[in-house]
Amino acid sequence: MSEDKKKIKILIAKPGLDGHDRGAKVVAQALKDAGMEVIYSGLHKTIDQIINIAIQEDVDFIGLSIMTGAHIPITEKLMKRLKEKGIEDKKVFVGGVIPQKDIPKLKELGVAGVFPGGTPLRETIEFIKNTAKTA
Amino acid sequence: MAVARYIKDEKDQILDVIYESGIHVKPCYTPKDLEEIGFDYEKDLADPGQYPFTRGIHPLGYRSRAWTTRQYTGFGTPEETNERFKLMISHGQTGLNVAFDLPTQMGYDSDHEMAEGEVGRVGMAVDTLRDFEIAFKDIRLDKIGTGLTINAVASIMLAMYQAVAEKYGYDPKVISATPQNDILKEMIGRGAWIFPVEPAVKLIGDTIEYSMKVMPKTNPVSVCGYHIRESGATPAQEIAYAILIANAYIDNVLARGYDIDDFVGRFSFNLNVFGNMWEQIAKFRAARKIWARNLKERYGVKKPQNMFLRGLFGGGGYGLTKAQPENNIMRGAYYALVAALSGAQTTALCSYDEAYTIPTPRSALISLRTLQLLMDEVGLRDTVDPLAGSYFIETITKQMEEKIEEEMFKIENYGGIIKAVSDGYIQRMVARQAYEIEKGIESGELLKVGVNIYKEGESMEVELHEYNYESAEKQIERLKQVKRERSQRDVAKALRELEIATKEGKNVMPYLVECCKVYATLGEMTDVFRQIFGEFKEPSLF
Repeated sequence: MSEDKKKIKILIAKPGLDGHDRGAKVVAQALKDAGMEVIYSGLHKTIDQIINIAIQEDVDFIGLSIMTGAHIPITEKLMKRLKEKGIEDKKVFVGGVIPQKDIPKLKELGVAGVFPGGTPLRETIEFIKNTAKTA
Repeated sequence: MAVARYIKDEKDQILDVIYESGIHVKPCYTPKDLEEIGFDYEKDLADPGQYPFTRGIHPLGYRSRAWTTRQYTGFGTPEETNERFKLMISHGQTGLNVAFDLPTQMGYDSDHEMAEGEVGRVGMAVDTLRDFEIAFKDIRLDKIGTGLTINAVASIMLAMYQAVAEKYGYDPKVISATPQNDILKEMIGRGAWIFPVEPAVKLIGDTIEYSMKVMPKTNPVSVCGYHIRESGATPAQEIAYAILIANAYIDNVLARGYDIDDFVGRFSFNLNVFGNMWEQIAKFRAARKIWARNLKERYGVKKPQNMFLRGLFGGGGYGLTKAQPENNIMRGAYYALVAALSGAQTTALCSYDEAYTIPTPRSALISLRTLQLLMDEVGLRDTVDPLAGSYFIETITKQMEEKIEEEMFKIENYGGIIKAVSDGYIQRMVARQAYEIEKGIESGELLKVGVNIYKEGESMEVELHEYNYESAEKQIERLKQVKRERSQRDVAKALRELEIATKEGKNVMPYLVECCKVYATLGEMTDVFRQIFGEFKEPSLF
């Protein structure tokens, strides 16, 4: 990677009321270590707050961490707002407690990658690097 | 998830074992090791039930009474929760433990915008006293104790528990609630905080002061090293921070002019069981000793029974894996063994499917049976503190004591626990450690069965507890109905009195009880606090 190439910029976000953020923080640090610029939203964010941070910071990716089982409605809402704001070029990935059977549903909503708990960090890192290249 | 680090030679012989707290384990321990650490039976251990309680707080341990099993339960609606309570009681569970949904934990009513999609999802939704009336119907509140897993609005939920008990004809003096009510740990891990540190700690002081006078059988605070450990703390840090947090609550009540012996005996602890088993056993034994010494020497506690570290040792969530989930049943059994060998008063286990979903009735029952068969079948009730006197266990218990004290010293040196939490000092440290652990698992330095060794084997389809949209709507409907039927004048008056009392810095508990009784909603009461206190500003991570 040439030095003047723009760093990949990522927002790791915790939507909703859940406060279990060990996973989100670990992924944030791993991506940072992998040379990306990472912003962590902090807890208890609404979808609109997440969208606003994503716009202000002009991130390339939004990573949602959801542990409560509400991943489908939350992601649906985020994708809708991205479209409304005309920023659907931002890639979305989702992590947390995600049952296998929900992965296709999330992909249908337009999510680029799903990384349920237990996914090796390097898989997430590789996914982001590869997706950024093709973008 | 992490256990010890093992340094091996090329023939797989172990050269060194290093525990998370930094203790190096030798291949063999002898009487010489006890000599070296200056082991003194009376000073370091003493008989069970004797200061410093290293061997346990009761002279006869589980011979006099088996542990209390308190699986974490709470589903969707108060009706479902009531049903589940009765089921668990009929299976022999001896205490209740209520899980609340996230809107309730965060002080939002079910019809609030922030509650959308979360009503009843991870626990019971509570908006008004009506919900508690349903959840605790036909439960003998004078016979069974109830854990309320709630923190930021624990004061409100405790008031509601008193209100429901009185509604069903129980004297507050006979009921026993155990609200979790530990806000500082929420700020380190778990994240269900609302108000800034100072007023949040003051509310905890209010509940302690009030319980002492009105609900003396209530355990107003359950200090949770548990979630701090889940967030990445070492076992030594888990205990160190828990004790310092407990001290912060003690200091708040002492500043009101009370004698410590009048309230500290009702404190309890919630501590974690995953990790290397010997290290955890040493941790629990050392923790009892340090807590007792802390109370006696630092605070001048006089009554020995007020120096007891009474605890729920259990859970083990981070130790469980998503890979090969059935393995978690075995892990749970070993974690429960650790709790029993460590003299837990109360216990509960995470269920094997928790990496996927809220435990199903079947998996919750497996956890309960795991706990029961240790007591009734395997022999854990035979004799108290069975590992006492082991050259190995006594040596590492003493070493663990030193490690815990080192961690306590670091925080006090930094400026105290309140500052360390407000600044995010502890949060950054445990987050970094959590990351190091994940890297250790990825590199294979930390072994995890099914994850980085013995990976062949099947994953399973897990039976999911599905979100019930209908129950959520029913909950909102009930809230609306209560709001229609209640006396708006009484509610407005009670809320206004709560507001005045809060502004004047009075103990808010009697005012909250009054609000609950006239069916003010959780959200209305929380909003009074939000407007006066503001909200906690999360310190930055990087």
